[in-house]
Amino acid sequence: MSRTWLISAAAAAALLIGLGGAQAADKKLVVGFSQIGSESGWRAAETKTAKTEAEKRGIDLKISDAQQKQENQIKAVRSFVAQGVDAIFIAPVVATGWDSVLKEAKEAKIPVVLLDRQIETRDPGLYMTAVTSDTVLEGRVAGEWLAKQTGGTCNVVELQGTVGSSPAINRKKGFDEVVAKTPGMKIVRTQSGDFTRAKGKEVMESFIKAENGGKGICAVYAHNDDMAVGAIQAIKEAGLKPGKDILVVSIDGVPDIFKAMAEGEANATVELTPNMAGPAFDALIAFKKDGKAPPKWIQTESALFTPDTAKAEYERRKDAY
Amino acid sequence: MTDPTPTASSPLLAVRGLSKAFLGVQALDGVDFTVRHGEIHALLGENGAGKSTLIKTLTGVYQRDAGTVTLEGRTIAPRGVEEAQRLHIGTVYQEVNLLPNLSVAENLFLGRQPMRFGMRFGLVDRGAMRRRARAVLIPYGLTLDVTAPLGRFSVATQQIVAIARAVDMSAKVLILDEPTASLDAQEVAVLFKVMRTLRSRGIGIVFVTHFLDQVYALCDRITVLRNGRLVGERRTAELPRLDLVAMMLGRELEAAAHRIAPPVDDAEEDARPPLVRFRGYGKARSVEPFDLAIRPGEVVGLAGLLGSGRTETARLVFGMDRADRGEAAVDGQAVRLRGPRDAIRLGFGFCPEDRKKEGIVGALSVRENIILALQARQGWLRPIPRRRQEEIADRFIRLLDIRTPHAEQPIQLLSGGNQQKALLARWLATEPRLLILDEPTRGIDVGAHAEIIRLIERLCADGMALLVVSSELEEIVAYSRRVVVLRDRRHVAELRGGEVAVDRIVAAIASESVPVEPRP
Amino acid sequence: MTRSAPGPSRNLPQYGALAAVLLANWLLFPDFFSIRLQDGRLFGSLIDVLNRGAPVALLAIGMTMVIATRGVDLSVGAVMAISGAVAATLTQAGWGLLPVLAASLGAGLLCGLWNGLLVAVLRIQPIIATLILMVAGRGIAQLVTEGQIVTFTSPGLAFIGSGSFLTVPMPVVITAVLLGVTALLVRMTALGLMIEAVGVNRLSSAGAGVNTPVVLIAVYVWCGLCAAVAGLVVAADIRGADANNAGLWLELDAILAVVVGGTSLLGGRFGLLLSVVGALILQAMNTGILLSGFKPEFNLIVKAGVLMVVLLLQSPTLTLFLPRPAGPRPAQPPVRPPTPPRAKPESPSPSAGA
Repeated sequence: MSRTWLISAAAAAALLIGLGGAQAADKKLVVGFSQIGSESGWRAAETKTAKTEAEKRGIDLKISDAQQKQENQIKAVRSFVAQGVDAIFIAPVVATGWDSVLKEAKEAKIPVVLLDRQIETRDPGLYMTAVTSDTVLEGRVAGEWLAKQTGGTCNVVELQGTVGSSPAINRKKGFDEVVAKTPGMKIVRTQSGDFTRAKGKEVMESFIKAENGGKGICAVYAHNDDMAVGAIQAIKEAGLKPGKDILVVSIDGVPDIFKAMAEGEANATVELTPNMAGPAFDALIAFKKDGKAPPKWIQTESALFTPDTAKAEYERRKDAY
Repeated sequence: MTDPTPTASSPLLAVRGLSKAFLGVQALDGVDFTVRHGEIHALLGENGAGKSTLIKTLTGVYQRDAGTVTLEGRTIAPRGVEEAQRLHIGTVYQEVNLLPNLSVAENLFLGRQPMRFGMRFGLVDRGAMRRRARAVLIPYGLTLDVTAPLGRFSVATQQIVAIARAVDMSAKVLILDEPTASLDAQEVAVLFKVMRTLRSRGIGIVFVTHFLDQVYALCDRITVLRNGRLVGERRTAELPRLDLVAMMLGRELEAAAHRIAPPVDDAEEDARPPLVRFRGYGKARSVEPFDLAIRPGEVVGLAGLLGSGRTETARLVFGMDRADRGEAAVDGQAVRLRGPRDAIRLGFGFCPEDRKKEGIVGALSVRENIILALQARQGWLRPIPRRRQEEIADRFIRLLDIRTPHAEQPIQLLSGGNQQKALLARWLATEPRLLILDEPTRGIDVGAHAEIIRLIERLCADGMALLVVSSELEEIVAYSRRVVVLRDRRHVAELRGGEVAVDRIVAAIASESVPVEPRP
Repeated sequence: MTRSAPGPSRNLPQYGALAAVLLANWLLFPDFFSIRLQDGRLFGSLIDVLNRGAPVALLAIGMTMVIATRGVDLSVGAVMAISGAVAATLTQAGWGLLPVLAASLGAGLLCGLWNGLLVAVLRIQPIIATLILMVAGRGIAQLVTEGQIVTFTSPGLAFIGSGSFLTVPMPVVITAVLLGVTALLVRMTALGLMIEAVGVNRLSSAGAGVNTPVVLIAVYVWCGLCAAVAGLVVAADIRGADANNAGLWLELDAILAVVVGGTSLLGGRFGLLLSVVGALILQAMNTGILLSGFKPEFNLIVKAGVLMVVLLLQSPTLTLFLPRPAGPRPAQPPVRPPTPPRAKPESPSPSAGA
């Protein structure tokens, strides 16, 4: 007897809460965000930025940390669907295996936005849009800055990312495009520094020795800032001045490279912005307002930063990371 | 006897002139062996007698070099255990060779599961398998959860399941290789009941064991092997124990075999305080509790058949195995032997039976092997200087005449006898008060053999106490002042002075449960 | 320390391989052997080989002894990450150099103790026991750094990575010192003998009174300490702790260095110096590849090819076909002629000469 009563009471309560949620949604958008985890400083900054961007727009953001596991992400998406959120953001940990869970979201008429990485699917209609950076463009921006800075004449050594990884391939591709059309510019040495400081330093040490004590090197182009930081140390230990004797240009825009730029040891970085959620929110709001679907791929800005603003940028970033 | 036609009175299994050699060593030499319908047949023999070779040849593990094997008149030559099973020969080993993490039912029907929709691509019919498993086990008095993993049951139960599987797979001959070695008395009784039931169903059982009491309690016939040859086949009822032991040990006993040793003043001897004394010392499933005292300058021999508890006693004394009952005292002070380190601290040394596995450190040099125990006792912080190590090694190499090109030779390259001498040197270097030697002359050439025996006598004369396990009875008689005789994991007799003689030892081994009383 | 391999002839594959790799580097890059002073510090490709080889050499020192006991320690890379993370985080929190070093090395010791207890007391197979910390250790390091690269500017800690002592880079000095201390520890005491005895035959050693659990725990603790030192060197070198990448896969390089150095994975005889030589062979190859300008895609293939040659040179089957150099003990007398035992003047009494 009392059992039945309890169950119906619980059901009533659930109904009430559900109604309350639905009512609130009229005023306030609810977005579920399935984040990969917090494996790097950049990732943590992405989460933090998403929170502040949501606050700015009065959006209720629910974040679920998948701890690097796709099954956790799928679970999170299902629970967002069950909660009836207005949109789902996913930073996918892997590229494949999303079709069935995205179908569930589509059947529930919940738009899905991919952040920071693309997925592989036969049906692009499963998601509304993807907000990512253009990694080829990043390489091109770095190359163009260097070409301009050196007047088109420069012997570059390149620190590649992990062999075979897609940012390494694309960042090389974008840079190579500039080199190809700039006759005085060439890549004299290229090796993998595995995206780490330690390897970046070791590889740079050998480049310096191989290129006549560094005298033959005009600039180092690193596929990420961490390797650039390692390379800066190697240049200093060889008795050369990073930023002057050898120019340093890299990609990502983490706080440490701004610090190095402020100290005159690095020359430029192309930011991979951690603000992926901001453009996604804007597209979502526009879609909710007049039902206009955004383009399939929203590219974030690949902004180039140089030492003049480095100090301020460092101060702005050091807390976000 | 050799008539091959299958008649009602003809043997179930007949082995004739079976021979098998390994690398020139004749493990079986023209052996005859006969098992009849509905009998339990004991297959007995000491180390190296050829029992396991015979069994493995019957079950197809080895292929015979010569001879014939007929089962119900049909010549068979199985090429593997499975084929032997199909030919109606089932085997159950001491270490049950089933899969402990599978269920009882799965173990019973492994490889022949009842199938739905045909044998090859069908599904296992689990319901049928469970029902049949329960039915199969009923005659054995086992009512248990057949879906539980086999490993959860006692060794005895596992063995009965293994037997049930073999019999259910239409075994006519059932070979049980030391099935009772790790069972307690109650479990043995259950197993015996099963064996008697199977006998009444006409199955011929080959029973390999080291326990003579069990042979006499159960078996109809006995076949004894020695050094790869058949010694004889007898009806149990017609073979006195004494004769059986004599057959196994290979001695013709004569009345004159008594050795008249010089009279020893036992009263005076017993008045001397013992170096070590054990009271009620023992370990479950290893050795029954025993009393043992050893005095300085005395050699105590441990005699008995293989598996009688000789080695187990020696290991308990050195702490290699930990006793679970009784007390030990050295110089009248109670001590605890939790491991070899305790024993070494008390001045014990131990040369184990299995030299390769537990004695030598093969890849290290003779020198390092000799100083190892001394160094271990001193602790790693007080290294023995290299010069001193070389002195010690060279002295013992000279003293014991260890044949090695130099002290730096890896010990594994030495012959067995020289390895044994190096092990003796290891302990002599620690100046032990009690040296325990388990089969010190096993696998050693004749010359080294004599040297080691002379060494034992000299050590004793210098005041060291020795506890020696040996299956060579003449050897034990030659150097022991007292001999403890073991049978079925029990110390059954202690012979001293004039009683120390081969025939008395044999008599004690063959005796039934009453220990031999010392008589003047 | 080379007692295990008494003559130069037995170590020929290792020294030969090192010489061959260095020679190849010189052919590819003529300035390979040129060394100059830069800011009071030796500078040159050969110095890079020593300096960059230091972390793996440090790991190999500890790993050699673990392998000599017939074990293996898969957790050293993760322990490096932990010790680096501890050092960087505490330095950033304002701790002094000495407490930072103590905490960081202490973390390594604790990790080693954990491994040692699992192997010696709980008798878990070493490969499984240390796998636990290999997986969990990196997580622990990430917890310490909160997933970030923790950077620091303390010149004291940075000195360990990029400073120099008498012009020699600190990592090289530290490796040499640790090699010397370890060699003294095992060869001036009886520890080396006990390690080899336990590795060859644990049962026999226990029967002879060797305290096998203590020996096992000791080697794993020392291995943890070596890994912690390596972690400090790497973190100090880049002035930051990268919990995700520090020491990643270096356990395999360390095992490889030990094997290239001639210590058998089956335990027993070990040579510390030879393991360090093994680490230097690996690093000389890395440096050579970097200098050569090969495409990075070829790195692993070139490395595997050279390693195969080094290991083949050590293969007992293959050495049968090669001319064998004279044995290390040509002066030893042949087998002692058998003397009749009765002729022995001495009594084999235990008191005869002891």
